[in-house]
Amino acid sequence: MKRVLPYPLLFAGLLLMWLLLQQSFGLGHILLGAVIAFGATHAMAALQPERPTIGRPDKIIRLIVLVLADIIRSNLAVARIILAGGRGEHKSGFILLPLELRDKSGLAVLSCIVTATPGSAWLEYDPVGSTVLVHVLDLIDEQEWIDTIKHRYEALLLEIFQ
Amino acid sequence: MIPDDLPLWLSLLVGICVLAGAFLTLVGSIGLARLSSFYERIHAPTLGSSLGTGFILLGSVLYFSVTGQRLSVHEVLIFIFVSVTTPVTLMLLARAALYRDREEGAGEVPPSRFGRDDG
Repeated sequence: MKRVLPYPLLFAGLLLMWLLLQQSFGLGHILLGAVIAFGATHAMAALQPERPTIGRPDKIIRLIVLVLADIIRSNLAVARIILAGGRGEHKSGFILLPLELRDKSGLAVLSCIVTATPGSAWLEYDPVGSTVLVHVLDLIDEQEWIDTIKHRYEALLLEIFQ
Repeated sequence: MIPDDLPLWLSLLVGICVLAGAFLTLVGSIGLARLSSFYERIHAPTLGSSLGTGFILLGSVLYFSVTGQRLSVHEVLIFIFVSVTTPVTLMLLARAALYRDREEGAGEVPPSRFGRDDG
């Protein structure tokens, strides 16, 4: 089973995505989608990625809601800074964030969250010291940013990828 | 394809969503032009790629779902793809800029931490 279908969940996900994109559940599309998903899962297996272990799938919903709320809030904050003239009173800067999260999938999700949220960008992860360089557009209190990212996201991601 | 008698509430709702999305994307573009350093400018386009896209897609979902032309799931996929792929580009650009600034010793860029174990 492992040999024929190395990633059953990925296979199902890709097939579903194909059918949604085609907006049709006809037999032809199912077959074509299955062939594509089959090829893609084997391409994935050839890369030999680390298998992510998801300990608490129930927390994913909470994470999504949290991220959506933060995206809306930070969008408004950044829009205000730009409309205020771009050179106004805001002060941007780099912060070095220590991380406990070491799971590769978890780090990938965290980097997408930090970068997709306007106002903060994930620049450079250092696996040796387990730190990441983050650039913040409106840096008022460095420690506050570190606490926010660590408590809001890292704690949840640590629970999810256990 | 387009129905003649679109209900007023729908036109209003779709119009507000699309305009809000377009406005946020415009603000992001203005920021891209006006913010002062490279690292500040990478924050601006995320307005368009997050909530800007979100509003425009929401308008699209509302329009096509209510008029019953199709159930809209394309938009969800678009949103997922955009939010997963734009950070990758931003990170690549930012790391190229970090590398350049460190080589040139320009600006207030923190030193590289690679290969150091004091962190």
